[in-house]
Amino acid sequence: MTSGGLLRAVAGTAILGGLGLPVLLGLGHGIAAAFGHFPAIGAHGPDLRPWRELLEMPGLGRAVLLALWTGMAATGLSFLLATGTLAALHGRGAARGLRRVLAPLLAAPHAAIAIGLAFVLAPSGWIARALAPLLGWARPPDIATTGDPLGLALILGLTAKELPFLLLMFSAALTRIPVGAQMAAGRALGYGRTAVWLWVLLPQFWPQIRLPVMVVLAFSVSVVDMALILGPSAPPTLPVMIARLSSDPDLQALLPASAGGVLQLVLLAGTFAAAAVLARIAGAAGRAFLRRGHRLRGTGRTLALLPAASAGIVLMAFLALAALLVWSAAFSWRWPELFPAQLTWRHWLDAGRWGWPAGASALIALASTGLALAAAVAWLESADRLGRRGRDRWLAAAIHVPLLLPQLSFLTGLSGLMIRAPLPPLAAVIWGHWLFVFPYLMIALKGPWEAADPRLECSAAALGAGSWRRLWRVKLPVLLAPLLTAAAVGFAVSVAQYLPTLFLGGGRIETLTTEAVALASGSDRRVAAVHAVLQALLPWGAFLAALAVPAILHRERRGLGGAA
Amino acid sequence: MSLVLASLAVAAPGGRRLFGPLDLEVAPGETACITGPSGAGKSTLLAAAGGHMERGFRLSGRIILGGRDLSGLPAERRGIGMMFQEAVLFPHLSVADNLAFGLAPRLRGRKARRAAVAEALEQAGLGGLGGRDPATLSGGQRARAALMQTLLAEPGAVLLDEPFSALDPERRHAIRQFTFETIRRAAIPALLVSHDREDAVAAGGPVLSLS
Repeated sequence: MTSGGLLRAVAGTAILGGLGLPVLLGLGHGIAAAFGHFPAIGAHGPDLRPWRELLEMPGLGRAVLLALWTGMAATGLSFLLATGTLAALHGRGAARGLRRVLAPLLAAPHAAIAIGLAFVLAPSGWIARALAPLLGWARPPDIATTGDPLGLALILGLTAKELPFLLLMFSAALTRIPVGAQMAAGRALGYGRTAVWLWVLLPQFWPQIRLPVMVVLAFSVSVVDMALILGPSAPPTLPVMIARLSSDPDLQALLPASAGGVLQLVLLAGTFAAAAVLARIAGAAGRAFLRRGHRLRGTGRTLALLPAASAGIVLMAFLALAALLVWSAAFSWRWPELFPAQLTWRHWLDAGRWGWPAGASALIALASTGLALAAAVAWLESADRLGRRGRDRWLAAAIHVPLLLPQLSFLTGLSGLMIRAPLPPLAAVIWGHWLFVFPYLMIALKGPWEAADPRLECSAAALGAGSWRRLWRVKLPVLLAPLLTAAAVGFAVSVAQYLPTLFLGGGRIETLTTEAVALASGSDRRVAAVHAVLQALLPWGAFLAALAVPAILHRERRGLGGAA
Repeated sequence: MSLVLASLAVAAPGGRRLFGPLDLEVAPGETACITGPSGAGKSTLLAAAGGHMERGFRLSGRIILGGRDLSGLPAERRGIGMMFQEAVLFPHLSVADNLAFGLAPRLRGRKARRAAVAEALEQAGLGGLGGRDPATLSGGQRARAALMQTLLAEPGAVLLDEPFSALDPERRHAIRQFTFETIRRAAIPALLVSHDREDAVAAGGPVLSLS
């Protein structure tokens, strides 16, 4: 076998055997358990009892509606704001600046943003403190601002995290459309900016951004950690309800939990279908409108509202991060002062408390990212050697599967399978993180890898360098910056994981994320803040390293984007 | 060693024949020029000779260098150097390290290798520029550095893909002379693809026109 064939066989086996197959097995096991078949805990189906138990759960109907409402509203809002913001900012050279501003939010884990946001929104939070002197509040107002019954805080939290992601994905997709030329052509025909965006650009743009939007939708409808912190509690959203059932000490609760996972899957399929229908209708309506020739001039002002709203949300997210920092060092902070009167390092010095989870988070992230990076490079390199670059559509499909399924729908099954075939908890958690790290890392790396100048490799081959020397001495060094960026993305994804740690670690692995989420509902904001800050610092460190290392190593190499 | 293309023909993935079958013999030190309109398959011909062809293209006929049939060998085993339109240097290496990357492994010892690189730089009029970032070189300097890098690998033949077209007219003449002169001195056959009639005249070897 050629080296390319061998590499491909190894990488393909790892991807199929380590990602595709387990996800399907987990899903299958979950579906079987939903119908009462779970031999490891003595249940032999088929049996509809799990469904009956699930349906008898108090507040299930409302939990379902809440999950659908919060997830769809957050996705819709993020989509609207992201497209509107890019439409307003495009051609003003803001894309680079946008990336820089958004990077800290992209890297910060969901749970950290959620905890910080809770500090900002809470009745005793920054917003209420700022309003107190104006409204004469002598004590924190008695309003449910987080955990509100409509899930508005959760929608805000999800949007704060997903809007930056969509902005980044959309601005990358926009570079593939000749926006400037089409905008000029449209405006020369008398159409306003809004009209060109709606009727010319958006229809071309949609097929390219459909997948990231679906990933956001899948995530938002099935999110657990953010919903635990910001979402309503009586009843909570469906995913929270199922996650609680799954971690019930009574193993029999896994049966209705599995039914809940299947229900989530069905609901998500329904929302995907709804999104597709909505896109169809919007397209048809747009074309009908366009045939009437409306120019929509003078709508520029209305359009300007969208970037303003985006800026508001981004600002709120930064406030949330600032609130984490301040709380982590607050000693006494009386109402309604805007800043603590006294600061203390006490909670930071208590390293025995956060040291272990921080170490575990870093170790798991490094291990899962290292494995994912190796698998991604092996796969991409083997495709190059076999001359099959960009032809593996099935792989693109396979890596999106874990991102498009509700995590609970296959993680419950996987943890069920582990009752029979237990892995050491740490190994199981690393592998569980890998399921999500690998897809994101691959998505981040694939573009830059395939955009690298193919003549470099030809040149090296013509100079007599064999395929391994070309890989180590030419390709990997030239691609150092994107490789490290992709690794930082993977690292951040791993640090943010909540459910895989919880489910596959069997409760024996504590990471910053599981600790932060657990502490968020506790009484000591300071300790929760320390964990949440650390949780955000780890990925920031990774991204800084990804920027600094190539900048230092290649500081005198202008051709690689080093010092100019 | 002379380079022989024997009834060489290439078909595109759809089965459409791009060129050939053609026959060509290039003697050591000689530069043959391949001309023809865009899309005639000039670059494909070079890719076929150098072993850089994309999957899906079908090649028939033989490529023989010094009596050895190279068809089917991977690019790194053919011993055929390649120079592109905008002289490709590795962006992560200094100019000297670029040349050292090319330098044949036969030459051993750190000192000897460094000396060989320094001498090549000197020869190309790049003395003292070894530590520079390749991105800071002028077009002409890049072209000369790339040629030296190619020759240090001690190739049995060189392929030149419009190496002068990106240079400004004043420089082009000098670089062209330098290139042909250097190839003559290295006594290896060269294949040059060019749009420019002057290149063909200056090369002074056989001219093959693809249509």
